[in-house]
Amino acid sequence: MQLDTLYQEIILDHYKHPHGRGLRDAADPADQVGEAHHVNPTCGDEVTIRVATDGDVLHDVSYDGMGCSISQASASVLHELLTGRNMAEAFEVHTAFVTLVSGRGQVAPDEDVLGDGVAFEGVARYPARVKCALLPWMAFKDAAARAGVGASPTEVKA
Amino acid sequence: MTTIAIPPGMPQYDDVPGYDVAAVRADFPILGREINGHPLVYLDSANTSHKPRQVLDVLREHYERHNANVSRSVHTLGTEATEAYEAARGRVAAFVNAPSVDEVVFTKNSTEAINIVAYAFSNASLRADADPRFRLGPGDEIVISEMEHHSNIVPWQLLAERTGATLRWFPVTEQGRLDESGLTDLVNERTKIVSLVHMSNILGTINATARITARVREVGALLLLDCSQSVPHMPIDVVDLDADFIVFTGHKMCGPTGIGVLWGRAELLAAMPPVLGGGSMIETVTMGGSTFAAPPARFEAGTPPIAEAVALGAAVDYLTGLGMRAIQWHEKQLTAYALDALGSVPGLRIFGPEVPVGRGGTISFALGDVHPHDVGQVLDSRGVQVRVGHHCARPVCTRFGVPAMTRASFYLYTTTEEIDALVAGLEQVRKVFG
Repeated sequence: MQLDTLYQEIILDHYKHPHGRGLRDAADPADQVGEAHHVNPTCGDEVTIRVATDGDVLHDVSYDGMGCSISQASASVLHELLTGRNMAEAFEVHTAFVTLVSGRGQVAPDEDVLGDGVAFEGVARYPARVKCALLPWMAFKDAAARAGVGASPTEVKA
Repeated sequence: MTTIAIPPGMPQYDDVPGYDVAAVRADFPILGREINGHPLVYLDSANTSHKPRQVLDVLREHYERHNANVSRSVHTLGTEATEAYEAARGRVAAFVNAPSVDEVVFTKNSTEAINIVAYAFSNASLRADADPRFRLGPGDEIVISEMEHHSNIVPWQLLAERTGATLRWFPVTEQGRLDESGLTDLVNERTKIVSLVHMSNILGTINATARITARVREVGALLLLDCSQSVPHMPIDVVDLDADFIVFTGHKMCGPTGIGVLWGRAELLAAMPPVLGGGSMIETVTMGGSTFAAPPARFEAGTPPIAEAVALGAAVDYLTGLGMRAIQWHEKQLTAYALDALGSVPGLRIFGPEVPVGRGGTISFALGDVHPHDVGQVLDSRGVQVRVGHHCARPVCTRFGVPAMTRASFYLYTTTEEIDALVAGLEQVRKVFG
């Protein structure tokens, strides 16, 4: 298998220069805030996602973590794709990302929905790495639920 | 330069046994595989070893010619299967120089073997008439170390929870050695069992146990050594080692998965209550109660992994044929070569002993701040198979302040060319993530 199908430039860019990294307090004290810390027990990767929202719009998705290029780039892409979106759109993107990464390479990504997230198409072909890519997204779901904006259940076939 | 002459009559360097590695590799069909367009470079034998044709043939032949259940049939096949199973026990006993063949209990793996001992303690603790050496309660202590595999941590944590005993542990030094400085405090008259790894699966450290054994004897505790990583790689003699129990697993020593060994002193096994109940482990059964068979049968409830045991016997023959001293020497040379070669990679940090003394051919390292998953992935694209992660020894990662490590581990079939392939692969990792 070609290594660059997995480590696409976009992924390495997000890994080396992460966007919006660091946990932040909500700019608006009235925001609902939720946080979730997820761990991949097989490799020790960790990520914390914090969501700040007024219930309609995701004002901020901040994060911190420690782990491989795939999990950390995925958190950076998550931040970039979801911050500023309304909740319904955010969950649509969430579903599209999970579907892509769990799709065993059989799902064609839609760049209009997924933006830089399309780079994770290659990850779907490496079963051992799917969980790395999903780690921040699963933590996001929990964080959102804790902020009182419940997600519709997502099937994960990892 | 000073030349040190070995006095006549002592073993000379020339006497070091060896074997033809290329010929040995031809015994292992899987070593002919290609991975991602590259020849397989398998550096994950501490995880599981490959199996030579001689072992695979025996496994197949057993099912094709002698398949039957053991210890319960008078028919010919049943007799053959039982004889093969018990002959394998004899081979394993001889391999570790066990004083009696009945001291070898077949288990599923090392994990199960440790759990049998832990649950024997647990069961004995419930009975006032049990052997006091196995009775645990509040105030009693169990001692392990910070460099254990999870399989030698969790069973003792659970045992401590069930009995109210206290779990204590040896720390690990910065060089990756067992810190014995607190030995007399740590192992004391309250200690009932000390359970330690003989060779670390993550740091490669081989623990010198003599001082600890002496202290264990002084306080009247028992000593279990997890030899999962040592029995496959060096001559092990349970009499010399002077432990009370050792455990090891077949699949790391050219045998199949699903078969492991608990060796225990006959007198101790005889004093231990059973753990799993079922067929084969009984003497008589009435509806009112049962009495139990003598060891090893007492600890082998149910149909055992028969073909796997027989194949483990074949693995022992294979290893004995090459010679455990020859295997040990081969790996020592590889380890010295690899420590040098890895030392030449910029930004590489070795965890554990950096000299090929008191250590085996298992080397864990970090490459700058590149995550081990990424290291492993790039290496895999070049056919190099290493293990990445916490290696079921998370406290060791915590001790060295990293979430995960990359580990290369060698065996009797590993070559220096494979270590060169690892080093070349690491150069590519640096290019991709530099």
